[in-house]
Amino acid sequence: MSVFSRGGLFVMLTLVLALILSILPMPNWASDYQPQWVTLILIYWCLRWPTRFGIFSGFALGIAQDVISGALLGEHALSFSVIAYLVGELHRRIRAFPLWQQAVAVWLLLLIERLLSFWILGATGQPTPTLAYWLPTLVGLLLWPWLSYLLDRLRFSPWLV
Amino acid sequence: MTRAQLLSVAATRRILTINALFDHRPSSPLRLLLAALLALGLMVADAREGHLDWLRSTLAVAAYPIQWIASQPSRLARMLDGQFATEADLRERNALLERENLRLRGQMQQFLALQAENSRLRDLLGSSFKVSDRVLVAELLQVELDPYRQQVLVDKGTASGVYIGQPVLDANAVMGQVVVANPLTATVLLITDADHALPVQINRNGLRTIATGTGRVNQLHLPHLPKNADVRVGDLLVTSGMGGVFPAGYPVAQIVEVADDPNSAFATVKAVPTARLDRSHEVLLVWTLAPVAAPTAPAQALGRGRPADNPAGTSEPAVNRS
Repeated sequence: MSVFSRGGLFVMLTLVLALILSILPMPNWASDYQPQWVTLILIYWCLRWPTRFGIFSGFALGIAQDVISGALLGEHALSFSVIAYLVGELHRRIRAFPLWQQAVAVWLLLLIERLLSFWILGATGQPTPTLAYWLPTLVGLLLWPWLSYLLDRLRFSPWLV
Repeated sequence: MTRAQLLSVAATRRILTINALFDHRPSSPLRLLLAALLALGLMVADAREGHLDWLRSTLAVAAYPIQWIASQPSRLARMLDGQFATEADLRERNALLERENLRLRGQMQQFLALQAENSRLRDLLGSSFKVSDRVLVAELLQVELDPYRQQVLVDKGTASGVYIGQPVLDANAVMGQVVVANPLTATVLLITDADHALPVQINRNGLRTIATGTGRVNQLHLPHLPKNADVRVGDLLVTSGMGGVFPAGYPVAQIVEVADDPNSAFATVKAVPTARLDRSHEVLLVWTLAPVAAPTAPAQALGRGRPADNPAGTSEPAVNRS
């Protein structure tokens, strides 16, 4: 299926939306809880469409995230490629899990993404972030069931695809 | 459709299905290795100043619409805030602003006289020192950049003459400098970023030192002051102009803590930036008129700094004045 077919268009739309959400300014109390939108969406599409969504899609998405958020070029590209690889290897197993186990698996993936970013922060001499750095993964854990349900519904709704 | 055509279509279909069964791409560990190496290469090239500036600014143009969209909600909120302000509020603010305006104009009278006197004295000394700078107001794009780096995005870029290394101020003090200049936007590294160091001097006695960022908004660190240095809580730090990037004499920060840690060879001095780093909506981009003995501001940067046409509120091209 080409990127510009209708299904592909929906994928692009969700990705762009996730990128916008990831840099949307939040009130101060909420900014610590900002979930990793782009990682969540990447995991979703790697699970649902593993033949189309692979390591290089993750890499490209990571570059986009780096440019938009002003991070070091390649920082998210690295972590997203690793995430895409892991999901690509494990998608058959994860898809068979019940929903709460799936959410826990996703949480582990989100933690790995944060861990890689953490390592890059350390390697580039940035100060060590506080414990609040790990909070978004928990928000992602809670968000996953709703997000996957919503996207599944939208994906198969007659007026979209 | 003839039978032969139908057969051939069916055959292609079958081949496609069989193709889909077998993965013909390189194995996934190999692809991961390739992607990881590429990413690491990019990071190293990007961390070592400026090897990838061209790539970044090309991609940044494509990213601009997304950043623009993301900045709209807070802009709308601010606009609505203005729409729904009550008349009493507006009157109060108006009165406040008028009072402040009066006070500032009072100071300005003195300032003009002092400026004239200063340049006359400098003329007597034969030094080529220009006090006035040219500024351009830029608006912050309200987007949340990487929260663990202290940087902001402004809505003016090389199209308005912004150049890399350009100092950025807000209404109160120095905010930072431009590190990435794209055609339509520019990234400003704040003085509190862990990678940023700023040559300053203490306003009270002229003691020169360097203020480094800590990675936390609201804190600067002065790591190179000896224990017997004359520095007190409440001292104002101003730019010393030594690095050649920032013009001299702009306020930077106020000392809040001077501690004597027996474990370290230097005094532990902390300062709070005077600029409202996390609250400003507008910033000032500054063109320094006189190239004040600038070893680190190369001619190429100055050349790029010359604006194609005069942005609003400015008199004439910034450079080549003296």
